[in-house]
Amino acid sequence: MRTKATRLQKLLLYPYGLWAILFIVVPLAFIAYYAFTDNSFAFTTENITRFFTATSSVTAEDGSVSEVHTYLLIFARSLKLAVVSTVICLLLGYPVAYIISRCNARLQSSLITIIMIPMWMNFLIRTYAWMTILQDTGILNSALTALGLSPLHIIGTESAVVIGMVYDYLPYMILPIYSVMAKLDVKLIEAARDLGCNGFSTLRRVIWPLSLPGVLSGVTMVLIPSVSTFYISQKLGSGKFFLIGDAIEGQYVANNLHFAAAIAFVMMIALLTAMALLRALADRKVSGRS
Amino acid sequence: MNKIIELKNITKSFDGEVVLNGINLDVYDNEFLTLLGPSGCGKTTMLRIIGGFAEADEGDVMFLGERINDVPPHKRNINTVFQRYALFPHLNVFDNVAFPLKEKKVPKAEIEQRVHEMLDLVALTGFDKRSVTTLSGGQQQRVAIARAIISKPRLLLLDEPLGALDLKLRKDMQVELKKLQKATGITFIFVTHDQEEALSMSDIIVIMSEGCIQQIGTPIDIYNEPTNAFVADFIGESNILDGVMLRDKLVSFSGQQFVCVDKGFEPNESVDVVVRPEDVDIVPYEKGMLRGVVTSVTFLGVHYEIIVDINGFKWMIQTTDFVDVDEQVGLSIDPDAIHIMKKSKYSGMFGDYSSFSNELDELSDAESESVEHED
Repeated sequence: MRTKATRLQKLLLYPYGLWAILFIVVPLAFIAYYAFTDNSFAFTTENITRFFTATSSVTAEDGSVSEVHTYLLIFARSLKLAVVSTVICLLLGYPVAYIISRCNARLQSSLITIIMIPMWMNFLIRTYAWMTILQDTGILNSALTALGLSPLHIIGTESAVVIGMVYDYLPYMILPIYSVMAKLDVKLIEAARDLGCNGFSTLRRVIWPLSLPGVLSGVTMVLIPSVSTFYISQKLGSGKFFLIGDAIEGQYVANNLHFAAAIAFVMMIALLTAMALLRALADRKVSGRS
Repeated sequence: MNKIIELKNITKSFDGEVVLNGINLDVYDNEFLTLLGPSGCGKTTMLRIIGGFAEADEGDVMFLGERINDVPPHKRNINTVFQRYALFPHLNVFDNVAFPLKEKKVPKAEIEQRVHEMLDLVALTGFDKRSVTTLSGGQQQRVAIARAIISKPRLLLLDEPLGALDLKLRKDMQVELKKLQKATGITFIFVTHDQEEALSMSDIIVIMSEGCIQQIGTPIDIYNEPTNAFVADFIGESNILDGVMLRDKLVSFSGQQFVCVDKGFEPNESVDVVVRPEDVDIVPYEKGMLRGVVTSVTFLGVHYEIIVDINGFKWMIQTTDFVDVDEQVGLSIDPDAIHIMKKSKYSGMFGDYSSFSNELDELSDAESESVEHED
């Protein structure tokens, strides 16, 4: 009886196992392979070195020209925008997740549906929609002008890119935090109140540490796609903010497969390291052994 | 003595259903008071109103003479031991117990010292660094108690704290809780549905049913002088019969007249008569004040529990004399074993052992035995 169940379980794992090997493990291996080979597939570290050493001259707005490390600069810029977006998503999403988790069961599922509705629409369409809103003569500025306020120049700025990322990835922040919060025992909150905590103190000492696993998943699910995004920056940033995703896409389109793979590889290692550090930090806080 | 808590005419309903109906209760300093009643009687709601987790619809909650209806839980000098302990899973034993002191910004050295004193008090010395999730139920219980009394509250609320423990551990914890209460001098309000627990631990028992207080008294008072059929049935075993108070100290039931010690009723007033199973003597048939047939005998170690059918009413009797099923016996009852109660809405609902569960147990035992024989 028991062995049968285990055998069935194993059998059920095969389809996903096969999928994971074919579409996750094999491509990753290919990226690593391409990253460390040249056009004739001989081993080389040149692609990786090029990522760290390639330079180009940049003309600043005041006309001065300076020499910069091209890809390190792009990577730093990508990371900055991604971190800003992730922090904004966390600040917006955390209270929303908490409030939803404290509603009654029926209201909870309606609210979660509302949050997920934008995800039913295609990513490209959503980005185009933001273009029409944020353009200099777009919906936002028409509204501002109609109200007698001065129009804002947003499209083509970093703010526009951040707005697009926050909009696209906010649900990925809310959902994992919500699912952890929904399981939080109300008695623990009552116990904190009972033991002298006011509302803020209860949040800081009980709710926040217990929701950290959700926060961590949320941060992972927002940070990683925002670092590697390329379409949002092209459309909402008017192509002015070349991001790491754009760099990979550009090299790929230009048929520089090996260098594209090298950029992807470095980014992957950097992100994995960052996530491992975050997780270790959170684990230490959650386990209660600090 | 000082009044710690006064509840004045507390009423509370949820979704139109009345859970507490005009509760008045005084709780005094250094008292171990138990709220006892079946589930749904409102005892937990009452505790939550005192703790500040629920709001009374009407009435006042007074703490040391001050109205605290609008004071939030964290500003009340009252702590709670929750039903399933509600320990913080992200903190170790030390940090759980130190939790309230850290909130008050007590100096670190003092926290250290007080937490260790507390852990010694609840017999958890050396458990500081242990994660609370690896503790047994009894140990979690002790952590919860230590955490609740470390900031020296005037009042400790305990919401069925022993409910999740097994019988042996529960008995031990009953003794320990009682000791702890005496040692700390903190007033305890203890909620339970277990009458034995209530009798053995409490200074004062408050019996509740359907959102109303039925009786307030010491365990002995409540056992010996229940005010109505509900209390008589809920606390211990009782034979409850319809009777008529003929005059002071003379009552008639089961077609016979009995001398009793109660007085102050109207002549010929209908009353409920309570006779505890251990207060009935088995005597030879012809000498009995009441006569009947034994329908069941259960051996319980210390005594036999027998059911005697007297004119269709089944009496439960606890006796050390052996009698056989179908034997005709006489019953003898002393005047002070008869307790007279006014009629209440609970009259006629309790106190007859016709559907006594031991009889059913025997039936099912017999069945399972016969099944075994078939094999």
